Amino acid sequence: MLIPHPLLGLRDSQEFTYLGDANLMFRPDAAAENAEAAFCDYVFQRDNPAGVHRELWFHEQGDRSWLVVTRDTTTHEILGAELASNVKLGAAE
Amino acid sequence: MTRLTGGLIDRNAPLNFTFNGKAYKGFQGDTLASALLANGVQLMGRSFKYHRPRGVVAAGSEEPNAMVELRTGARQEPNTRATVAELFDGLTARSQNHMGPLHRDFLAVNDLLSPFFAAGFYYKTFMWPKAFWEKLYEPMIRKAAGLGSLSMQPDPDDYDKGFLHCDLLIVGAGAAGLAAALTAGRVGVKVILADEDFVLGGRLMAESDALDSAAAMDWVAAAKAELESLPNVRIMTRTTVFGIYDHGIFGAVERVSDHLAVPGDKVRQTLWRITAKRTVLAAGATERHIPFADNDRPGVMLAGAMRAYANRWAVSPVKRDADAIAIFTNGDDGHRTAMDLIAKGAKVLGVIDAREAAPRFGDYEVFAGSTVTGTKGRLGLSAIEITRGGRSEWHDVGALGVAGGWNPNVHLASHHRGRPVWNDDLLAFVPSPDGPKGLIPAGAAAGKGGTEEALADGMNAAITALSEIGINAAEISLPKAENMPSEQAAFWHVPGKKRAWVDFQNDVTVKDIALAHKENMKPVEHLKRWTTLGMATDQGKTSNISALAVMAELTGKSIPETGTTIFRPPYTGVSLAVLGGGDTGPLFRPRRLTPTHHWAEAQGAEFVEVGQWMRAQYFPQKGETTWRQTVDREVLAVRSGVGLCDVTTLGKVDVQGTDAGEFLNRMYSNMMGTLKVGMVRYGLMLREDGHAYDDGTCARLAEDHYVVTTTTANAGLVYRQMEFFHQCVWPELDVQLISTTDAWAQIAVAGPKSRELLRRIVDGFDLSNEAFPFMACAELTICKGLRARLFRISFSGELAYEVAVPARYGQALMERLMEQGADLGVTPYGTEALAVLRIEKGHAAGAELNGQTTAQMLGLGKMVSAKKDSIGAVMSRREGMAAEKRRLVGFKPLEAQTQVMAGSHLFTQGEAQTMTSDQGWITSSCYSPHLESYIALGFLENGAERMGEVLIAANPLEGQEMKVEVVSAHFVDPEGGRLRD
Repeated sequence: MLIPHPLLGLRDSQEFTYLGDANLMFRPDAAAENAEAAFCDYVFQRDNPAGVHRELWFHEQGDRSWLVVTRDTTTHEILGAELASNVKLGAAE
Repeated sequence: MTRLTGGLIDRNAPLNFTFNGKAYKGFQGDTLASALLANGVQLMGRSFKYHRPRGVVAAGSEEPNAMVELRTGARQEPNTRATVAELFDGLTARSQNHMGPLHRDFLAVNDLLSPFFAAGFYYKTFMWPKAFWEKLYEPMIRKAAGLGSLSMQPDPDDYDKGFLHCDLLIVGAGAAGLAAALTAGRVGVKVILADEDFVLGGRLMAESDALDSAAAMDWVAAAKAELESLPNVRIMTRTTVFGIYDHGIFGAVERVSDHLAVPGDKVRQTLWRITAKRTVLAAGATERHIPFADNDRPGVMLAGAMRAYANRWAVSPVKRDADAIAIFTNGDDGHRTAMDLIAKGAKVLGVIDAREAAPRFGDYEVFAGSTVTGTKGRLGLSAIEITRGGRSEWHDVGALGVAGGWNPNVHLASHHRGRPVWNDDLLAFVPSPDGPKGLIPAGAAAGKGGTEEALADGMNAAITALSEIGINAAEISLPKAENMPSEQAAFWHVPGKKRAWVDFQNDVTVKDIALAHKENMKPVEHLKRWTTLGMATDQGKTSNISALAVMAELTGKSIPETGTTIFRPPYTGVSLAVLGGGDTGPLFRPRRLTPTHHWAEAQGAEFVEVGQWMRAQYFPQKGETTWRQTVDREVLAVRSGVGLCDVTTLGKVDVQGTDAGEFLNRMYSNMMGTLKVGMVRYGLMLREDGHAYDDGTCARLAEDHYVVTTTTANAGLVYRQMEFFHQCVWPELDVQLISTTDAWAQIAVAGPKSRELLRRIVDGFDLSNEAFPFMACAELTICKGLRARLFRISFSGELAYEVAVPARYGQALMERLMEQGADLGVTPYGTEALAVLRIEKGHAAGAELNGQTTAQMLGLGKMVSAKKDSIGAVMSRREGMAAEKRRLVGFKPLEAQTQVMAGSHLFTQGEAQTMTSDQGWITSSCYSPHLESYIALGFLENGAERMGEVLIAANPLEGQEMKVEVVSAHFVDPEGGRLRD
């Protein structure tokens, strides 16, 4: 597979390690009342869609950036890739 | 000898080879199959199940029958196809799958027992008695059903792998492929032209058709010369593109030196990963046969293959020149074979054409509206029965060519679940338009197999492919060619009572398909699995479509209604050796060497693999006969003097930024933001699920600069996790991370004399306990100006330091310390002594931080700060985690000289040893030369409150049980006074 790195262009997926669902970026608030339940969901529950999936890939053998890659799990078509830090900062705004 | 005239063999280059021990001669350009046929050898093997005598059926990689073992010794290679094995001088080949000589296989008794081996026989015959399966049936079947045999020796050859990129990949170098390559090559784009054959031209080399009124090989030679002159075109012969993977990536195997007796300085094969923007699939077509009674005798082969043997290899398929050849066909294509054979001077009986209105293209007899209904000949064909309207007569023939039509090679086009589409005019499946993206089928692979249309289609495919990537390619002038007549009838098999083979390699007959139908295995997927049709090494290249047609007839449905068949990678078999690509033995994975590796080697150190690292395990000295002697000496030297150990492999992460302290507060369960500059703190990391993950030290070199360490095993993972939290979770923090594990060499200087030794190399730095206390750190210079970092930390429990220098000075530092410490008795120690020292001190390591333990179990529960959030903090307070009662403690066997095995489980004396009475387990154990006793660490329920209790450590795997006393995990200096002096 080839991943369109937003800074480096098309890179072979062998340069990356895969983590999974991009929702891992949204860690629950430890101070909240239901923190334990929220963390249990965060750590153990994942959606596993057949179709478009946003997921985290780490360019470990490259520039060490974490990417949010949008991939169709049924065809492996890559619909886009963004720097995770930009995604997170954008979400915070 | 049955050589004809002409052909693409070099008669000036004769080659000697043997088959089943008998010597033969062939020529350069021959395959093993063509050379055997030229020597009148028709019998080449035995079938898989019934051990029927078999001869060659095809002339290419689709061959189901002629499976042979090549070479001898370590290079012996089973299950190769004689049709693609290039002949070389000295080749030794053997037939396989028979007991006794090939012409008198004792297992041919299976053929008489064939009623017991019908479709699904595994599921029916070997069901009872149940115990017989493992003891009798399976071993017996495995013995009888194996194909070739392995040498059982390591492969002596080298393999490689590589990456290629191109604008246009062309799979197949026949008429369509060459036209595509010329079209694209002339534009200047990067082109790869790959073909499994060792010559270019594909089917052009097997036909007698003229191009521009000259021999096709002349045009192929000119095309080859032009393509070779273009620097943007890479021609790869002997290269099979075996699979298509995501995003335009293709797997290919180049058989670099399979055609040589020994590879010499070349690799045997190379695995290529080809990334192509667009691909033209010009893989040609495979001919199918027509099942009829006893159609599997040696001498019965595909008519197209017969034509290839005659035209390309100048070989007649008969044993003796005087033997006649017949052709059985359902279309015009079979007649071409008869014409070519006659032109070559072979004796042709005639063409048996299933069509009533059979054409005649030349001077030969036509048996119109006739079929072949039987054959004779024990080890080779001697006669066929021709039937017309219920009247049969026998004719003597030495060979029969069968022409059932051509199936486009849709394999690659179906690798992305592109389902081939039935074409009623062609009577074949063609690649579907929604196959793999960027793959354009052309020529015979697209159902356009006439030479003229294939040439034009190849050119147009290249133009289309390039236009899709924004490149304009012009039409080229193509040679004049003719499309030969190709009318055919939908005639799939000859009905009859005797067995008619569909799949030769797996011995599946029309009867088997009928039985599967009767037993309701009608979907094609069930049919395949019930009968094993198409599941042999040839993946049913010559049989799948015929089987579908038979099933369609039985169900009364059309072929496309019955189903289709798609192919998985690989197109042809790929050796495991080339998939490994040379990553074997010491090259299995990268090896990382520490900065002092070569020095340690010179000291005679023994090494151990730690992840990718090679670390010095211990340093034997003269007179030491066991590793224990060495390790005991090294341990005692550290406790009484000073020792040196390379600890570079511990992971190091440089953390900088105004928020570095805050970031580390969140990464570690304990506080790091409050650490004073110039001090070090032990740090514990949890996983987000609350379990202990890793530990190390955090050194604060400046307000906004920390250096943290990780365990050797987790160096990469912890760094990855830190980057994850930095980039994905808290990108707003001002912090930057970089792994510096390989940048700094780090040497532990441990023991009561370590301060004295370091004093001799620092540049005026005050090492006194007051100026540089336990857990202090500093940047300084040593050895007159060398930049260094010094940490007063201790894994051994002794007064100890770790000194870091830029990695390229690591060995020089080790040598300087050895030289300066000679009078102090300085001793290098390895990972074994390191482990003994830390067990004696009760420090946790990999066996205790195994991913299943908690901070509380490690006795570090208080380190999980309640004042702040950190990774895993919330989850570590879950009810079940908090209720965990096991604690890390020490153990001493009552018999001091008996080792407690790590992994032993702990039980109360006198109690039954069950899961429910389990009290914990031993994690680490070693001999302590300091205590002159074996000692151990482990987790024990309520361990901290059970000091002095005697328990049973049980190792049921080895029937071992022993009494151990619960003691403090700190076997040495429990107050920690030695560290702080």
